[in-house]
Amino acid sequence: MPKRTDINRILIIGSGPIIIGQACEFDYSGTQACKALKEEGYEVVLVNSNPATIMTDPEVADRTYVEPITPEVVAQIIAMERPHALLPTLGGQTGLNVSVALAQSGVLDQHGVELIGAKLDAIQKAEDRELFKKAMQEIGLSVPTSGIAHSLEDANALISMIGFPAIIRPAFTLGGTGGGIAYNIEEFEKMVGVGLALSPISEVLVEESVIGWKEFELEVMRDGADNVVIICSIENVDPMGVHTGDSITVAPAQTLTDKEYQYMRDSAIKIIREIGVDTGGSNIQFAVHPDNGRQVVIEMNPRVSRSSALASKATGFPIAKIAAKLAVGYTLDEIPNDITRQTPASFEPTIDYVVVKIPRWAFEKFRGTDETLTIQMKSVGEAMSIGRTFKEALQKGLRSLETGWHGLDNHELEELPLSELDQKFTVPNVERIFYIKQALRQRMSIDQIHGYTKIDPFFLYNIKQIVDFEAELEEKFGGWTSSEPPTESTRKLVYKAKQFGFSDRQLASICDASESDIRRWRKSAGIVVTFKTVDTCAAEFEAETPYYYSTYSSEDEVRPTSKRKVMILGGGPNRIGQGIEFDYCCVHAAMALKDDGYETIMVNSNPETVSTDYDTSDRLYFEPLTLEDVLNIVDREQPEGVIVQFGGQTPLNLALGLQEAGVPIIGTSPNDIARSEDRKLFKEVLDQSGLAQPPNGIATSIEEAAPIAESIGYPVIVRPSYVLGGRAMQIVYNEELLMGYMRSAVAASPEHPILIDKYLEDAIEVDVDAISDGNITVIGGIMEHIEEAGIHSGDSDCVLPPYTLAEDQIDQLKEYTYALAKTLNLCGLMNVQYAIRNDQIFVLEVNPRASRTIPFVSKAIGVPLAKLAARVMAGKTLKELGFTAEIEPEYFSVKAPVFPFNRFPGADSRLGPEMKSTGEVMGIDMNLSQAFAKAQDACGDKLPLEGTAFISVRNKDKRAILFIARKLWDMGFKLIATHGTAKVLRRNGMDVTLVHSIGKGRPTIYDYIKNHAVALIINTPTGDSHHSNERLIRKMAIEHNIPLFSTIAGASGAVNGIDALRRGEISVSPLQSYYDEHEI
Amino acid sequence: MKAILALSDGTIFEGEHFGASGETSGEVVFNTSMTGYQEVLTDPSYKSQIVTMTYPLIGNYGCNEIDIESAKPQVEGFVVREYSSRHSNWRSSGSLDGYFKEHGVIGIQDIDTRALTRRLRVHGVMNGVLSTEDLLPESLVAKAQAWPGLIGADLAGRVTCSDSYSWSDPGTALGEQPEVIPEPRFRVIAMDFGVKYNILRQLTRHGCEVQVVSAHTSAYDILAANPDGIFLSNGPGDPEPVDYAVETIRQLVGKKPIFGICLGHQLLGLAFGGKSFKLKFGHRGANQPVKRLDTGQVEITSQNHGFCVDIESLPKSVEVTHINLNDQTLEGIRHTKYPIFSVQYHPEASPGPHDASYLFEKFTDLMKGA
Repeated sequence: MPKRTDINRILIIGSGPIIIGQACEFDYSGTQACKALKEEGYEVVLVNSNPATIMTDPEVADRTYVEPITPEVVAQIIAMERPHALLPTLGGQTGLNVSVALAQSGVLDQHGVELIGAKLDAIQKAEDRELFKKAMQEIGLSVPTSGIAHSLEDANALISMIGFPAIIRPAFTLGGTGGGIAYNIEEFEKMVGVGLALSPISEVLVEESVIGWKEFELEVMRDGADNVVIICSIENVDPMGVHTGDSITVAPAQTLTDKEYQYMRDSAIKIIREIGVDTGGSNIQFAVHPDNGRQVVIEMNPRVSRSSALASKATGFPIAKIAAKLAVGYTLDEIPNDITRQTPASFEPTIDYVVVKIPRWAFEKFRGTDETLTIQMKSVGEAMSIGRTFKEALQKGLRSLETGWHGLDNHELEELPLSELDQKFTVPNVERIFYIKQALRQRMSIDQIHGYTKIDPFFLYNIKQIVDFEAELEEKFGGWTSSEPPTESTRKLVYKAKQFGFSDRQLASICDASESDIRRWRKSAGIVVTFKTVDTCAAEFEAETPYYYSTYSSEDEVRPTSKRKVMILGGGPNRIGQGIEFDYCCVHAAMALKDDGYETIMVNSNPETVSTDYDTSDRLYFEPLTLEDVLNIVDREQPEGVIVQFGGQTPLNLALGLQEAGVPIIGTSPNDIARSEDRKLFKEVLDQSGLAQPPNGIATSIEEAAPIAESIGYPVIVRPSYVLGGRAMQIVYNEELLMGYMRSAVAASPEHPILIDKYLEDAIEVDVDAISDGNITVIGGIMEHIEEAGIHSGDSDCVLPPYTLAEDQIDQLKEYTYALAKTLNLCGLMNVQYAIRNDQIFVLEVNPRASRTIPFVSKAIGVPLAKLAARVMAGKTLKELGFTAEIEPEYFSVKAPVFPFNRFPGADSRLGPEMKSTGEVMGIDMNLSQAFAKAQDACGDKLPLEGTAFISVRNKDKRAILFIARKLWDMGFKLIATHGTAKVLRRNGMDVTLVHSIGKGRPTIYDYIKNHAVALIINTPTGDSHHSNERLIRKMAIEHNIPLFSTIAGASGAVNGIDALRRGEISVSPLQSYYDEHEI
Repeated sequence: MKAILALSDGTIFEGEHFGASGETSGEVVFNTSMTGYQEVLTDPSYKSQIVTMTYPLIGNYGCNEIDIESAKPQVEGFVVREYSSRHSNWRSSGSLDGYFKEHGVIGIQDIDTRALTRRLRVHGVMNGVLSTEDLLPESLVAKAQAWPGLIGADLAGRVTCSDSYSWSDPGTALGEQPEVIPEPRFRVIAMDFGVKYNILRQLTRHGCEVQVVSAHTSAYDILAANPDGIFLSNGPGDPEPVDYAVETIRQLVGKKPIFGICLGHQLLGLAFGGKSFKLKFGHRGANQPVKRLDTGQVEITSQNHGFCVDIESLPKSVEVTHINLNDQTLEGIRHTKYPIFSVQYHPEASPGPHDASYLFEKFTDLMKGA
C-alpha cells in the first residue's frame, strides 16, 4: 500500500526527562520516527520537555514544543497545531499514557486527530491487565493465574487462591514502579498498599509467581496488510523474578529448540493480532517452565520499548524507523532493508553472533536502600556487547560497564567460603555473576548453582568455561614475562583467551605484566583483532552499512577508506552524571563533521543511544570504550583525529593512554585537560589567570584532616581526590562529622588524598559554558542556579540568562572564563562553575570538555554548540563559523532535575554535592515565572493552584520568607508552619495553623502529609542539627508526590510560578519561534 | 582432535572435531536458521552436502527423538563455530556429539563460519572434504576437486524409500490446548524423493491417510490405487537427472489433485515443460520472505534448495502464485486448469516459521472439490 495522503501533519509525543525505565532509547526511537516521517514529506509536530534529546533539535521536527508532557499542555498544542494524526507508540510509557488520556477525554475527537499505529482500544487491551488476560485466554494462550484488586480486601481474597510467593503489579506505573514479590502475608499487605497508592487507577494485579522460570522476549512488527515478522528474540540470563531491565540478557534465544521457539513465535503473532496493534512494533514477554516447557504470556508493550532499541542495535533492523513508515500506510515489503539495500524489510533478521546486554546500577549513590534486584527496575543504564560466542560477548559486556571490571575478572569481592556463597547468589544482586564465579572456582557444581539461582545450566556452563580457562591461564601463563619470545603453545593459549573475550588487562593481571606489554607481545605474535559486520542476514547478502564488532577470527571485513576521517568516542553506558547529554554531543560531532566532508567513525557500547544508530555516523563500531578496544579500532582505521571531549568522563579517562600510544587527539590537549583535574596543577592555572578558589587543603591521613578543616573553617566539603562526578562528596559541619566521614567513607592515604574545601554557604552558584577555537572564546551561556552553591550542579534548577546577577558580575564572569580558556589553551568546549558570595567570585571547578548543560544551552540560545566545537576541533575558526558574539536571549530557559528517589526507598533523598538526578527538563518562556512553572510541571512536580502550604524555615530565612508567605496567603493558600516560622508569619498579619515539630507533639507535618492535607512544602535546611527531621519530610514529600522547596530562591520561583499559573497565562510556543532573530 | 575442511578452491579451515571421526565429501552449503539444527541435520534434502550453520553456537539444547525429519542424520558433515558440550533443555535426551557418534557424522568446530559463508556467497557453493584422518591440505583440496558434485546426480533416487509404507503419526504439538486430530478423510499417495517427516505429520494432521511410495513408482500404479490426491515430496539435489519422476508426473497431470514441495515443485515445473537452473548459493534458512501474489501478503518461510525453476520457462497454463522478495525467484505455481499447485519453500517448516501451513488446507480443499 502506498503511504497515506489523507493525513499531512503528525504529532509525536516524546518521553520527557530521563528516568529509570525510560532513558535515551526513546530519543533514539523518536528521532528515527521524526526523520522517517519528514523524509516522507509529512509535517512533524513534536512535544518533549527534555532538552538533551536529538529529537528536540530544531531541524528534526517542523515544530518542536519543549513543553511539559501533560494532557493539558498537549491538548493546548493540539488546539493550536490541529494535527491530523497522533503517533502514540514512540514516546515510551509517558507518551502512551498522555495519548490515552487525550483520547479518553475526547480531545482527539474534538480536533479530529486520528491515533495511528495503535488505536485506543488496542492500547487498553494491552495495558489493562484484566483485558489482556481475557484476550490471551480467548486465543488459547496461558497466563499466570492472577486477579485484580482495587482494595486490600480484594487482594486478601485473591492470595488465598494464588498462594505464596505472589507478585504484586500496580496498573499503569512506569517500569513496574511499586511492584514486588511477597513471600508472606505481612509483606503482601504492605506491597498491596503501596501499589494501590501508586497506581493512577488504584489497581494492582496479584499474580501466581513464575519466579525462576526462564524468561524470553520477542520483538514483533506488524504492518497494515497484516504481515507480521519477529525482529529478535531475547533470552534473560537472570530468570523470572528480576525485571528484564535489570537482567543480563542475550540475543538471540539460546536454549529453545525450534519447536518451542516456533510455538512462541506463533503465540506472539496471535497476540499482536488479537490485541489489534495495527502497525508498528510490540514487545512480548514469555516465561517458560524449565522442567516441562509450559509457556505463559507475561505482558505486552504495544509500543516501541527499551527492548526494541536493544533489538534494533542487536540486529541492525531499525524498528522505530520502520514503525513510523508502517504507521503512515507502507507495508513491510515496500520498505527496503537499509543494510542490504537489495532486500526488503519484510523478513526476519538472522544473526551470526551473540549479543549480551548488562545493566549498570547506581546503588552507591543511594545507600540505605534495598539493593536486591526484583521485578521493579533499578538500573540506570546498560552496555551491549557483540561477540561470536556467549563467553566473548559476556566478557566484553562486563568491561563495557566501566565499573572497574575488565571482564569476568577477580573482582574486589571478599572471598567467601562455600557455605556463605549461596546466599550471595540466591537473592539476585548486582554482583551475583562474580559470586557465581567464586563458587565455580571453589568447585561448586553447575547443578547446585542452578538449584540456587535457576540460571540456565547452559549459561552457567559457559561461565564455568571462562573460569576453568582462567585457571589454565594462571597455570600456563602466570609466569610469563614480556621478554619471552612467542612460542606456538603460548600463542595458541592467548589466542583462545582472546576468543573467550579476555581483555589484555585480565591477561596482564594473570602474569603480573603491564597491559601495554601484553599488547605489544600479542601483536608481535600475530594475535590481532578482526572486525565483522552486523548485517541483519548472517552474511547471506552483502551489507552496505558499515556496522562492526570485534572478535578474534580468520577474516577481517573492514575496508578502511582513504578519506579524511575523525573518530568520536562515545560515553558508554548511562549512569547518573553521564547520560544522554554526552551522547547528544557525540551525535552532533558526527553530524557536523560529516557535513564538513569527513568520514566519521563512532565508537560506543550503549544500545539506547542515537550515536549507535547505524546512520548517525559513516562507520559504527559497537565496542567497549577501553584503551585496548579503542586502540584496536585506531590501528585499523587510522583516523586523522580522535575526539575525546564529548563523551563525558569515559573517553577522557582514555585520553592520556591514547596520547601515549601516539593517537592524534584533536581539541584541547589531554595534558591541559589533566591540568584542570589535578588539584595542584589547577591551583597554578588559577594563579596564572588571577582567579580565586574557595580556601582548601589536602589531607593524606585522618590525623591531617581536622587541623586543615579547622584552619579553613567549617562547614567544609570533603571528597576523595580520585573519584569524579561528586562521588562520596559531602558537606560536614563539625569535627565529629568530619571524623565520621574520614573513618567510614574513605581511606585516606598519600596516593589517595582527601580534598577539603571551604563550603561557601549562601553563595550563588553559576555555570558557564564556553567555546574556544584557541584564538577567541565565546560564552555559550551563563546559568544562574536557583539553589545555593553546595548542591551538585546537575541536581540544581538553573536559569539562563541569569536573573539576579548584576551587569558587572556578568562581565566579570565572562572575563574570568576568557582567561581560563586562554590558560588552558582551550580548543573546543569548556564548563566553569563559579560561586558568588558577597560580591566575590570563586572558581569551583573547570571542565575543559563538553558538559552536561551543552544541550540545554544550545536549545536555550538556538546555537548548536557541540557542532561548532567539533568543527573548531577539526580546524575551523569561530569566525569562519560565524559565531563570535554571545547571544543573550530575551526569553528565559529554566532547567530542572528529575530524581529517582521513588525507586530507592530508604535512601537519603537530601541533595548535596553528590549528583543523584537521572535527567532534566527545560521550561522555556518569555516570562521567568512561567518558564519556572513549566519546568516544575515537566518534571512531574506540578505546582498547586490552591490548598495548604507548609512552611518551616531556618532563622536567617525568616525575613525572606515573609514576602513568599504573604503572596501564598494573598492567593488563598492556607498556611501551616512550625513554631518559630508560625510566630513570625502571625506577627506579620497572616493566619497560620501551628504544626508541631516532629517528636514535639501532634499533629506534625507527618500527619498532614498522610492525610493528603498539604499541597506545597517550603522547608529550608538548618545545617546539620535538624537534618533527620528534614530528611523525613523530604522522604514523605517524595512518596506522596508533594512539591517541596528547600531554598528561598526555589520557593520564590515556585510562588511566582503559581501566580502565573493562576492567572492562566501559561502559553506554549514552538522552540523554532524563539530563534527567529538569529540563525546559525 | 584436529579436523580440516578443505574447499575445492583451495581454502583450508582448521578446527576441532566432534561427533564421529573419518572423512567425508560433499557440496558445502550454509544455513542461516538460528534454531533447528537437528531438523536440518535429518532433512534428506541435505544428502551429499556438508552444512555449516551461520549461527555460531550449536548444540545448546541437545538432541531428542522427536525433532527429526528422517530416521537419521543426512548431512555429510557439519561445520560450526562453537559446539556446546553441555546442553540444556527439558526436551533433550542426549547430546549432539553423542548423536553424531551414533550415526557416524563428522562435526567440526572452531571454524570461522562467517568467513566460510562469505566465501560461499561470493564464489558460490563449492565442493569440499571434511576429514579427521588426512590432515594434509593439498591432498584434501585435491580430493575436493575430484569429487563429482551434485549437478547431474540423481540423489532423490538414492534417498527414496525402497518399500512403500503408510504414515499415520500426526506428531505432537506443544501447548496446553487439547489437540483434535481429524479422522482421515483423504487418501494421499506421497512420492518420496527424500520426504521430511513433518510433511507427513502435517498431511496426517489435515485428515490425510498417507501412503508413501518410491520415486520410481509408475503413474499407472499410483492411479491404480485411486488416491484422492498425490503429493510430490521435497528432496536433495538437481531435479534434471530425476527424469523418470518427471515423466511419471507428466502422466499424472490432470488426473488427480497434486501438491508439490521443494524438489517436488521443481519436478512438477519440469513436467510442465519448465527449465531449472542452479542458484549461486541457494536459499537455506528460516527467514526467507515470500510474497503470495493473490493476497499480497508476505510469508516468512523455511527454505532449503540449491536449484530453482526459471519463471520465464513456464508455459502459459501455469500461473506464478508466489515469488521470493529477496531475489524475485519462483516460489510457487498453480495450474490454471487442473487442481495442481506447488511451492518451492517448506510450509511444513521444521525448522522455521509456520506462516505457510495454510497450504496443507488448500490441498485438502482441492481434494474435497475434486
